[in-house]
Amino acid sequence: MKTRLNRLFQTRERKITAVVLVVVLVGALVWIVWPSPPPATIATRDVTITAPGGPSVDEPVQLDGTVYLPAQTPAPAVIMAHGFGGSKRSVAADAEQMARDGFVVLAYSARGFGQSTGQIALDSLDYEVPDGRALVDWLAQQPEVKQDAPGDPRVGVTGGSYGGALSLMLAGTDPRIDAAVPLITWNDLEQSLFPNAQATEADLAATTPAAADGVSDGVFKKFWASSLIASVTLGAALSPTGVAQGDSGDSGFVRRGGTGTTTAAAPDATDTTTDTPAVDAAAATAQSFSCGRMMVELCAAYSQAAQTGRITPELSAILERSSPKAVVGDITAPTLLVQGERDTLFGLDQADANARAIAANGATVAVTWYNGGHDGGSPDAATEARITEWFQHYLSGLGPVPANSFRYTVDGPLSDTGRARSRTLEVPEYPGLTAGSSTNRVDIPLTGDPQFVVNPPGASPANISSLPGLSGLASTALSTFVGGLPGQTARFASQPVDTLTLITGTPRITVTVSRIPVPGAATSTVDDGAVLYGSLSKVSEGGTRSLAGGAVAPIRLTNLPADGSPVTVTVDLPATALQVEAGSNIEVALSTTDQAFAGPTTPAAYRIAMADTSVQGLSAPEVGGERVSASEIPVGQLIGLIALAVIAALGLIFGGRVRARRTDVDPDLVTVPLSITGLEKSYPGGVKAVKQVSFRVEAGQVLGLLGPNGAGKTTTLRMVMGLITPTAGEIRVFGRKIEPGSEILSRIGSFVEGSGFLPHLSGKANLDLYWQATGRPAQDAHMAEALEIAGLGDAINRRVRTYSQGMRQRLAIAQAMLGLPDLLLMDEPTNGLDPPQIHAMREVLRRYAQTGRTVLVSSHLLSEVEQTCSHVVVVHQGRTIASGTVAELVSSSGEMSFTVDDREAAARVLRTIAADVEITENGVQADLGTVPASQVVAALVSAGIAVSSAAPRNRLEDVFLALIGASGSGVEPDLPAGLIPSGQPAPPLDGPEDSALTTVGTGPTQQGDNQ
Amino acid sequence: MSPVHQDHSADAAVAAMNTVTDAVPVADNGTPVGFRVGRTLPVRVELSRQLRRRRTQFALGFMALLPIILVIAFAFGTDNGSGAVTLVDLATSGAINFAMVSLFFSASFLLIVVISLFFGDTIASEASWSSLRYLLAMPVPRVRLIRQKVLVAGLLSLTALIVLPVTALIVGGFAYGWNPLATPVGEQFTFGEGLLRLGLIVSYVAIQLTWVAGLALLLSVLTDAPLGAVGGAVLISILSQILNQIDALGDIRNWLPTHYSFAWTGSLVDPIRWDDMIRGGFASLAYAVLFATLAVLRFRRKDITS
Repeated sequence: MKTRLNRLFQTRERKITAVVLVVVLVGALVWIVWPSPPPATIATRDVTITAPGGPSVDEPVQLDGTVYLPAQTPAPAVIMAHGFGGSKRSVAADAEQMARDGFVVLAYSARGFGQSTGQIALDSLDYEVPDGRALVDWLAQQPEVKQDAPGDPRVGVTGGSYGGALSLMLAGTDPRIDAAVPLITWNDLEQSLFPNAQATEADLAATTPAAADGVSDGVFKKFWASSLIASVTLGAALSPTGVAQGDSGDSGFVRRGGTGTTTAAAPDATDTTTDTPAVDAAAATAQSFSCGRMMVELCAAYSQAAQTGRITPELSAILERSSPKAVVGDITAPTLLVQGERDTLFGLDQADANARAIAANGATVAVTWYNGGHDGGSPDAATEARITEWFQHYLSGLGPVPANSFRYTVDGPLSDTGRARSRTLEVPEYPGLTAGSSTNRVDIPLTGDPQFVVNPPGASPANISSLPGLSGLASTALSTFVGGLPGQTARFASQPVDTLTLITGTPRITVTVSRIPVPGAATSTVDDGAVLYGSLSKVSEGGTRSLAGGAVAPIRLTNLPADGSPVTVTVDLPATALQVEAGSNIEVALSTTDQAFAGPTTPAAYRIAMADTSVQGLSAPEVGGERVSASEIPVGQLIGLIALAVIAALGLIFGGRVRARRTDVDPDLVTVPLSITGLEKSYPGGVKAVKQVSFRVEAGQVLGLLGPNGAGKTTTLRMVMGLITPTAGEIRVFGRKIEPGSEILSRIGSFVEGSGFLPHLSGKANLDLYWQATGRPAQDAHMAEALEIAGLGDAINRRVRTYSQGMRQRLAIAQAMLGLPDLLLMDEPTNGLDPPQIHAMREVLRRYAQTGRTVLVSSHLLSEVEQTCSHVVVVHQGRTIASGTVAELVSSSGEMSFTVDDREAAARVLRTIAADVEITENGVQADLGTVPASQVVAALVSAGIAVSSAAPRNRLEDVFLALIGASGSGVEPDLPAGLIPSGQPAPPLDGPEDSALTTVGTGPTQQGDNQ
Repeated sequence: MSPVHQDHSADAAVAAMNTVTDAVPVADNGTPVGFRVGRTLPVRVELSRQLRRRRTQFALGFMALLPIILVIAFAFGTDNGSGAVTLVDLATSGAINFAMVSLFFSASFLLIVVISLFFGDTIASEASWSSLRYLLAMPVPRVRLIRQKVLVAGLLSLTALIVLPVTALIVGGFAYGWNPLATPVGEQFTFGEGLLRLGLIVSYVAIQLTWVAGLALLLSVLTDAPLGAVGGAVLISILSQILNQIDALGDIRNWLPTHYSFAWTGSLVDPIRWDDMIRGGFASLAYAVLFATLAVLRFRRKDITS
């Protein structure tokens, strides 16, 4: 029962281990693979909100919106506006997230977009902004929305780009707005689409980092403008490659190629609600083809500007109504301005202008520049969190007052991944907004001779600085082109900087430009002035050039004298957050062409030189700040890495140390070389190799472990060697319990189931290394004796792989005898040996035992055991069935043969006391049963019969066959034929030297009936 | 010839028995005097058993030969000079670059095979030679056996990992000059700094490949066939590399042991980009410790039937 329990326990333990392991692995896998749990569904409801049509639009517009409801209402509301070319669906994900954060979100399609009716007026103060106020009115009626006062809901507004401008203008025109977060949007649309980056007096006086208001009559940003307008007039989105990856709905511009495309800009003549009576049907059709859902006036004005590349007063007037600049100074709501550092459409200077205006009104304003923008990259998680905190505090009153700090991200040098590594810095506030705070500007000297640059006829080939929305092309890729086109670019470079330098804001450079007459220039009828594109690059030590912000700042000089006298101009280079590492230098380039802009096509040549001012160089704004972004080091994994390394090291250091485990010693058995009791071994699957083996070997014995193949002899020997763990029972060697790796094994020499040598080494090397591996002193090996036993002669120096079976066998026996162990385990030691060697081996083993050591020989050959062993243990079907001296076993059956003078008389006498009496050629045979032989001999002698000899008639094989016949189900079917010695008579048994009969355990056990 | 001729060839063995002395003195714990479990299978002995194997000699020799083969191969090339600059394009720019490219070529397969070979062979080859049972009956305690085997296999693997770049450095130095290290992103490091970076790369590769070692060790314990252990480890690492190519797996790939196998390129920039190296090192060590622990647990309880 106990053994069964033990066995069960062992198996169960294994099973539990396996189950735990599987559960952990599966759990880990599931945890990794499990799709993030479907977030609680947000209740939504589609609404249509009617807003007045606006000036000269008779019909009211129907704005298509969706309300996202948080778990708890009433709650503050957030109006979420989409980007240009998008619709309310572009912001669905953001709206859901915001609803989860506890706001009633109203996402809507601006007029002219998505399912909303009306025509696009470019966030006009006359059209889209009143629409926004209508939304606020509507929210004031909603029971789910928290109200500050009747008709005044608690409401914030946010949106990216087109939606960002709406946010600003709504906040500037509707005092009911309680918080605003405009993203990547503009302040002055004219300056954004027709920039002219000549620094004005106001710019130079401003104390903010990125002030660059510029002057009018700018250079048409044709790539951006045309692709944006095309997306609503032609219904064509930019090609998919133009879509920034991972962009959120906030920057609707760059979502056009994505999911928003289907709803965006589907110009359909029947959908357009133009009802201008002045336009006849044919004109209406033509307009819908050329202008789509754009307002006619806007469309016409844009069309003209696109052709000439110059802004018209009409367009300028329209863009002014579409610029937050007009109203942003009225904002009272706390405003978080989020602008992108990779944005060639609405640069950092636009957010700067907004910030200045809002701060001038005394309102709370904070600024974040994130590493992204219209050229790719949605706000990072930290920025998203800042937006949520902003609304949660100013709308819900939750959380502490958000810091008004200024956060920006700088890119480090290019990494091996091909991307730059960035970090986020923070200063307590946006510099220059409050009195006394200003941006520090340092002058970085630039050198460069006056240079001549040419604008080729047709302005082609042109430099390529940026492609709208092409984030895939990193500025490095483009920098190849920036560096190119000789003759069109004037460069002024600094010395390599000594320390890490951060340029945060608008760098400025003052140059003189003079015109040089070129042939063909005079033929041009229109004077477009001189257009130059300024840019700032960082050139690393290795020559890698990266263009700050990926942007250029165009200037148009219309006052260049024809006589070649120079004009001094200060250029607002593109605002940036640029890190210049020590050793890198700064280079300012002024080019005559750029693909992204509509520059003059008239050939021209200019001489450009550093202006002769007090400092010839770059005025670089510096903000500095503390790093707030998490270190790029994954701390958890670093700790894990160190912990694992420590574990691995400790494992290697201590793993091999054997615990000082208390050896289980049986003091009664310390002199007994081997004692086995109740040994059992069952393999998984229920196969029992050993069922009940018990025997004991005394010092000086040569014990034969006899049994047919499969009886469990080898398994028993392996258990003695600690190779196999018994299921039950115990093995003691010199009183010490055998477990895997027990120290006492060092007193056992073993040869089990063939040799085990390193085939690539010689026999000698194998023995040497074997002994060295035991760690014992070399002189204890008795190598000379071992080599004699192996008897390999010169072959000992050959590789083992060249050995014959017999040679390996002898080498293995020699190996087992290295160190002259007290107990020698020999499994079929004479297999493969030739007769003289067999003979010698038997002699060796016998003599070995005579030294007081012990030899255990396992064999299925009876003759082997008979001739080698003093004692024998018979194993059959996993059980010991008999043990004793060989002589005892042989005599135990009781059959004797007597050599007598009178066979007839002897037979008569014997029949009275014994059975099966039989007269043979030489004498008489009889089965004495339990009658002692001496008594029988006495009886014969007393009957006057001369007994010349009396001997046990049987040999061991008879006993063996009788034993296994009695113990099992008759003769084993797999009993090898070799078991019965063929013909050759076994030599007479040598008398056992030790006549003491030893039986171990239950002794010869007869248990044939309980199988 | 006499019909009762006796073969005396084995008599010497019998005679040797006459010199056998009485029992070996025994210490208190029952073991022969001079036997200490903590001294069994010293690293020196195991190293000498392994170093005399052709397999070991070939593996290490090939590591030294590979750079020479590469130099010859590069000698055939002509500079077409188009497209983006890669690490391989810079191979001939100097000794350190060449050593780095040698590592780059070897890291994804050759080193994995070599390490699988050294670790997959630990237990399985002893089992296949049947010598495992004699080592265990010596007795070398099982955990100690694994530990000694791991130490030696680790030593050999590390040697292979160091022989390759060192040979490449020397060969490359003579072939292309002792120039500063040039990187694909256009940075340059002085020769001394470059050597430090190379050392960092070798260290990272060593840590990154521990998972292969752990896996091969586990397989070596589970099977008695050395080929199965070595091949299994190589196969699984190839599988991991294939899975890493499949974008559809998304972030799951971050958990593949080979995902960060080339994160050492982070040491080619200034400042060193540690993040992926830390992630890769952590993942690899985690796998290695897991596999090795399983191997030890399994081996401790295993019935040795080989």
